Amino acid sequence: MSKKADFVKFDKVDKSYDGKVLVVKDLNLDIEEGEFVTMLGPSGSGKTTCLMMLAGFETPTNGEIFLDNNPISNIPPHKRGIGMVFQNYALFPHMTVFENLAFPLKVRKMSQEDIEKKVDKALSMVSLGGFANRMPGQLSGGQQQRVAVARALVFDPAVVLMDEPLGALDKNLRESMQYEIKHIHESIGVTVVYVTHDQGEALTMSNRIAVFNDGKVQQLSSPDKLYEEPVNSFVAEFIGENNTFGGEVSEISNGTCKVKLQKGEIIANPISVKSVGEKTTVSIRPERALINPKGKMDNNQKGKIEEVIYHGDHTRVRLNLLGNSEFILKVPNSSQNLDIKLGNEINIGWNSHDARALDPK
Amino acid sequence: MSSETGKILTTDGIPLEESLKQAEKKNKIKAFLLVAPLLLFLIITYMIPIGDMFSRSIDDKMVTNMLPKTYKAMETWDGKELPPEEVFEAFYLDYKILVKNKTAGKLQTQLNYEKNGFKSVLKKLARKQKKFEEGNYKEQIMKVHKRWRNVEYWRAIKRRAPSYTYSKYLKGVDMYSNEDGKIVQVSEDRRIHRILWIRTVEVAFFVTLFCFLMAYPIAHLLATLPMKYSNLLMICVLLPFWTSLLVRTASWMILLQQQGIVNDFFVWTGLVANDNRPEMMYNKTGTYVAMTQILLPFMVLPLYSVMKTISPSLMRAGKSLGATPAVAFFKVYFPLTIPGIGAGCLLVFILAIGYYITPALVGGASGTLISNQIAYHMKSTLDWSFASAMGLMLLTGVLAIYWIYNKLVGVDNIKLG
Repeated sequence: MSKKADFVKFDKVDKSYDGKVLVVKDLNLDIEEGEFVTMLGPSGSGKTTCLMMLAGFETPTNGEIFLDNNPISNIPPHKRGIGMVFQNYALFPHMTVFENLAFPLKVRKMSQEDIEKKVDKALSMVSLGGFANRMPGQLSGGQQQRVAVARALVFDPAVVLMDEPLGALDKNLRESMQYEIKHIHESIGVTVVYVTHDQGEALTMSNRIAVFNDGKVQQLSSPDKLYEEPVNSFVAEFIGENNTFGGEVSEISNGTCKVKLQKGEIIANPISVKSVGEKTTVSIRPERALINPKGKMDNNQKGKIEEVIYHGDHTRVRLNLLGNSEFILKVPNSSQNLDIKLGNEINIGWNSHDARALDPK
Repeated sequence: MSSETGKILTTDGIPLEESLKQAEKKNKIKAFLLVAPLLLFLIITYMIPIGDMFSRSIDDKMVTNMLPKTYKAMETWDGKELPPEEVFEAFYLDYKILVKNKTAGKLQTQLNYEKNGFKSVLKKLARKQKKFEEGNYKEQIMKVHKRWRNVEYWRAIKRRAPSYTYSKYLKGVDMYSNEDGKIVQVSEDRRIHRILWIRTVEVAFFVTLFCFLMAYPIAHLLATLPMKYSNLLMICVLLPFWTSLLVRTASWMILLQQQGIVNDFFVWTGLVANDNRPEMMYNKTGTYVAMTQILLPFMVLPLYSVMKTISPSLMRAGKSLGATPAVAFFKVYFPLTIPGIGAGCLLVFILAIGYYITPALVGGASGTLISNQIAYHMKSTLDWSFASAMGLMLLTGVLAIYWIYNKLVGVDNIKLG
């Protein structure tokens, strides 16, 4: 069975609530069958609106959404067959766990026998076998969350939507739930569209991530590409940590460019700059810059240590480098004892390939 | 821990248990003092009047106190045939005192309640007894009126012997104990109270139903509208609360009367002919309309407070799981509002069952309720013991409803806010 590359398709979708401001602008997004796609973005970026349009609780102002090649804008939510996990779980408080899970099956008029089988299966999938007769109020947050996931999956929907489902859980539980949801996804192969503002969550769980800002998808790619190769300064800023230099392109030639800063000059990788004289923001990941590099690197600068913070597995060092006093370095604690002391001048080096010259901020 | 003493001591040597008790005792006294004024207020304004009502409703000492010698003499009389001479003598002596004190009228009225035609016989006896000679009172009394020879009248006197009676309660449900002491219904043309009881329950039931049907959508709207609109709507709901009950009832009188605004409107729209205006006041319609409007907020508020707590995502969840909006409503939303429905219905029903002013003003003859009857006996006939008896019956009814409700739904499930 070949998987459809555009199982869920947003085609030029616009959405406006008040007729003045577009919260989603010209959205085009294809989601492959069985894929785990995360919509990631700051609050107000339009990601939840997209999810609600897909679920059928909002209608697109313009454009069309296709599910398995069928336009669904005019299909009411209950006929779409899309499972949904809500932010606050939305379990029915007056029903037992079993009744909650049986609800979608009952409205589909399944036989009692089938219902019991399916509910049992779904509950054991989220390892809540013995909890069928509990009320949701008697469960912990994590258990409620699992019931909500099981309920969204029990009727075998083609697509499951999750709207910041782990937001209310504490950090440890959140992490274990991330793996659990990921494993469930892998074992049953359902298409998942996941919304979160937590980049760690997005990076851990997804096949692909759509970074939203200002009603637009800024970048849609796999987690590693998103982190290693951000296409614009918003994505570079939003995902992970990031050191930036604002400057002007002074020279550009096959694969490298020189960027003139207020103080000094660096060699960078031209991503979105085309010509000399363009303004640009150069982005360097903290772990790509090394102290006293052994190998040959085409950028070598001196910086002064302004702050040292111990983080257990690594040490964060804040430097003043080329006029940027917010330059962060991450030094693994396994590395040989470098001379990291407040006020010291140290040599910093990085490859021009890792310094991405992006659009100006 | 020292296992020898087995007691934990505080630093000043007092066992911890005791010092805790002392500390708690102080707190208990403080707490009691805080509620004491309210408790006192409740006892004075609530418990005592109810106790007084109760004792008044069963009190029948008046006749007992007016005829002390008679009842003493009657103790041995079996009531099958005419009483012996001692009873006649004792009755003569008691009655003589009453006539002298000019309180015989009360006895006449009371005994006339018991047996029709007693009044005239007693009045005649009051006139004739002045000329009575000593001795053989039986003969003399029986000569005054032939009814004195009828054992029924003596039995009627004997029936009033106990100083407590439940006859008022029987009267409240159109029953009485007849000459033989059996409890029977009053003749059909005089059964007015039972109709009133049934009508009261009926009106309370339908008012509750109408309130529920109207309040549910309003409460839902209130709970789901954005704040700025819902506040305005809330004020509209609460506005009647801030208006005097009399003013509201009076305005319904203006609206509903035959030449009133509502009827004018019906005529103007051609719904009814001008000479055939329906009567909407001084009957049950008026009572229904006015009471429903007045009691509506008591239904809206509990419903609103419950609906406010229901997350809108629950309905969405229901729909996303494949339920049509109607199914999602009845399976998800509606069951969650039941605590509010329970609270609202109980509140409105209990208020409606004892409603007084509105039915009195717009109810007319066919729209008055049991409370109007109670008021009538309090103010017009001055039969306070009967009014008390009916009041207590109403109170018992309300408590019974509360009990049934508790058994069915559970009072714990009520949510008022």
